[in-house]
Amino acid sequence: MIRVEAVRVALGPRSILADLSLEVAAGETLTLLGPSGSGKSTLLRVVAGLQQPTSGRVLLDGTDVTPVPAHRRGVGLVFQDAVLFPHRDVGRNVAFGLAGAGKEEVDRRVEALLELVGLTGFARRAVGTLSGGEAQRVALARALAPAPRVLLLDEPLGSLDGPLRDRLQDDLRDLFARLGLTVVHVTHDVAEAFALGRRVAVMREGRIAQVATPQELWRHPADAWVAGFLGMRNIVVHDGRRVVVRPEAVQLSPGEDGTVVTAERRGPSVLIGVRCDDGRTLESVTTALEHPAPGDRVRVAIDPSGVIALDTEEPA
Amino acid sequence: MDGDRPALRRTARAAVAGVPLVFLAVFFVWPLAAILERSLVEDGRLDLPFDVLVARETLDVTWFTLWQATASTALTLAAGLPLTWALARFSFPGRRLAEALVLIPFVLPTIVVATAFLAVLPDALEGTVWAILVAHVFFNVAVVVYLVGAFWGQLDGRVSDVAATLGADPARRFLAVTVPLLQPALAAAAAIVFLFSFTSFGVIVILGGPGYATLEAEIYNQAARLFDLRTAAVLALLQLAAVTAAVAVAGRLERRLGGGRTARSTPRRRPAGRERVVVTLVVAVSLALLAVPVAALVERSLSVPGGYGLDHFRALARETPALLVTPWHAVVNSFLFAGLAAAIALAVGLPAAAVAAGRRGGWLGMLVLLPLGVSAAMLGFGYLLAFDEPPLDLRGSPWLVPLAQALVAMPFVVRTVAPALRAVDDRLREAAAVLGASPARVRREIVLPLVAPALGAAAAIAFAVALGEFGATVFVARADWPTLPVAIFRFLGRPGAENVGQAMALAVTLAGLTVAVALAAARARAGRGWRP
Repeated sequence: MIRVEAVRVALGPRSILADLSLEVAAGETLTLLGPSGSGKSTLLRVVAGLQQPTSGRVLLDGTDVTPVPAHRRGVGLVFQDAVLFPHRDVGRNVAFGLAGAGKEEVDRRVEALLELVGLTGFARRAVGTLSGGEAQRVALARALAPAPRVLLLDEPLGSLDGPLRDRLQDDLRDLFARLGLTVVHVTHDVAEAFALGRRVAVMREGRIAQVATPQELWRHPADAWVAGFLGMRNIVVHDGRRVVVRPEAVQLSPGEDGTVVTAERRGPSVLIGVRCDDGRTLESVTTALEHPAPGDRVRVAIDPSGVIALDTEEPA
Repeated sequence: MDGDRPALRRTARAAVAGVPLVFLAVFFVWPLAAILERSLVEDGRLDLPFDVLVARETLDVTWFTLWQATASTALTLAAGLPLTWALARFSFPGRRLAEALVLIPFVLPTIVVATAFLAVLPDALEGTVWAILVAHVFFNVAVVVYLVGAFWGQLDGRVSDVAATLGADPARRFLAVTVPLLQPALAAAAAIVFLFSFTSFGVIVILGGPGYATLEAEIYNQAARLFDLRTAAVLALLQLAAVTAAVAVAGRLERRLGGGRTARSTPRRRPAGRERVVVTLVVAVSLALLAVPVAALVERSLSVPGGYGLDHFRALARETPALLVTPWHAVVNSFLFAGLAAAIALAVGLPAAAVAAGRRGGWLGMLVLLPLGVSAAMLGFGYLLAFDEPPLDLRGSPWLVPLAQALVAMPFVVRTVAPALRAVDDRLREAAAVLGASPARVRREIVLPLVAPALGAAAAIAFAVALGEFGATVFVARADWPTLPVAIFRFLGRPGAENVGQAMALAVTLAGLTVAVALAAARARAGRGWRP
């Protein structure tokens, strides 16, 4: 279990983390989601012991580890671009954290770990010959080798793309579930956060803006900023309150409420931008093959079930 | 007509390459050949000098040269690495200043370094091997700080972070991760420090006691004091072989070690917590240790019976039995010779740089570096042997001094100017040509302004190198035309506090001049020119 209590990291007059508190249950995968510069990576470094907080405490399994240096914390860390030791082969990278064990034991564990990440037989490979995805798997095996109490992943899929990314994402999720690991995972990608995190902590400017399951987060973003960051673009004043309107709740029919500005097909659905005569801009999504085209005059109806009230009043 | 142009251009290119080639042939290869002849040929027939090679004295000198160079290298690395770490990894107020100060011992002429250690060392250490080793460390620390530091700054700090999360304590992180990654830079720095220490001359002849002669110092001893030219020539040959072998081994090591580049570099960060104490301590102690000899030198130059004063400096204008002229003349001579040497080095080095910067000129770039590999004393000795009979009888000519100094300085000119020429974007020349500029106009109005800072720096570096040149100059300088380093050496060779004081005053003068010129070089290189 990880407990972060009122951690502050100040860099001169600026606070990278501003009295941030957070709890991760044992066996849970928590995702830190936020734009770059929001302090996600710094929080990971604080938990790993690579960065001393200006104030606040970090507890692992109930023990205060704030003064414990990184090499005695038993926290595994994987960076975005693997950061393998370039002067050691794959096997000796994985073996680095197994210092003290006998050679045979080390060889056996390395082979088992490589098998776990799907790289059986890679032990003698030079790290320079690996693809991005393979390097990331080696980094994962290396981090798991000393059986860490907690695994921290900093944008683990950030340097990968396409099908490779999806496959590693699935593998990671299965692995975490199978090993019962406590994982904190950092990303700026909403889809990745929802796919990997059982709970997601949205970070903004050194603070936690909201912690919730992906489902809750999507159903009820805490404020306009969170809604906007999650990709909801219809943040409007409706009946005198600031609300988010799901694009699928915006129904268009021929009429005189506004003018279609854009119509973009995105796979099976079509995203339609409407400028209403009252000045609001709304996005509507439809799966219909026939849809209004730019320039068409439309009537705008909003299904009340798709309107999410925002708790805090904050200008977007 | 058009058909003639390429032929004309080829001729012009050959002429440009010819200048440095002829210069190297006459003032480098020929003196070496003279040494070879003197050591291997006796009465017109080949006479291999086995007697000298296996002589007890030769073995002793070779052994001492080797082990003191090895020890100097190890000590320099050990002393330099903490400072390298602090300067390469952290940012703090005054870091740039500290980096600049570290360079000062390195730009100081070796004779000044030796004199400074004479001033600072307790009598108990004078004439011991420790004096030599400490002076070598002082002089060479900058090599480690700059070469290894540049590489260290490029390392990805997260590699070490990962090792920490895997349970590696700081010592294991340093030994198992950082050192292997730094290996190419460590090997390169070690090779250079080893070479400098192996061919050390000024430090040895001034600080080394009777039992501590390197090959370089012994060449001087045999040739200039005992007039045994054959032994000197054999030792010179031995030295050349050893240096060549060391360079070859270093080159191989560097290529083999390879290390591994990390993907990206981590910017310097502010030290935090306990780090701040360690970094401050390392920088402060290192700089203080580097400052002590210089401060002691200045102090001794100002100390007179019963207090402090400028007496030693005032005495520079008076005749002295140590020299045939006033010490002040040595200052003027030094300026004169260094100016001439810089002019010659530029005249020869610029064509060489122009060729070396071209696509097929790399060989000349390597060729002009050769004089760096040959020790200065050996070169001076070669001049004595080579230019003592027609067709080139320069015996007793003051010209030998600037010529020898120019040869020593020329590699620096080429190394400074060629990269600047190479950095001129070809598309700029093409753009100018398309706009109707002739090749001459392109050179004058595009290339010249772009490389002007490098030219200024090259001139200043050549001047500074010539100013402090000692090993070759001490062989070829006439008694009535001493340079500053030679005058310091003569003063130190005589007994009496008066002479030592004058040597200190001259050393301070030389140090001041050198630092001023080096600063000018740094300024010239840093700026006021255009950066593409």
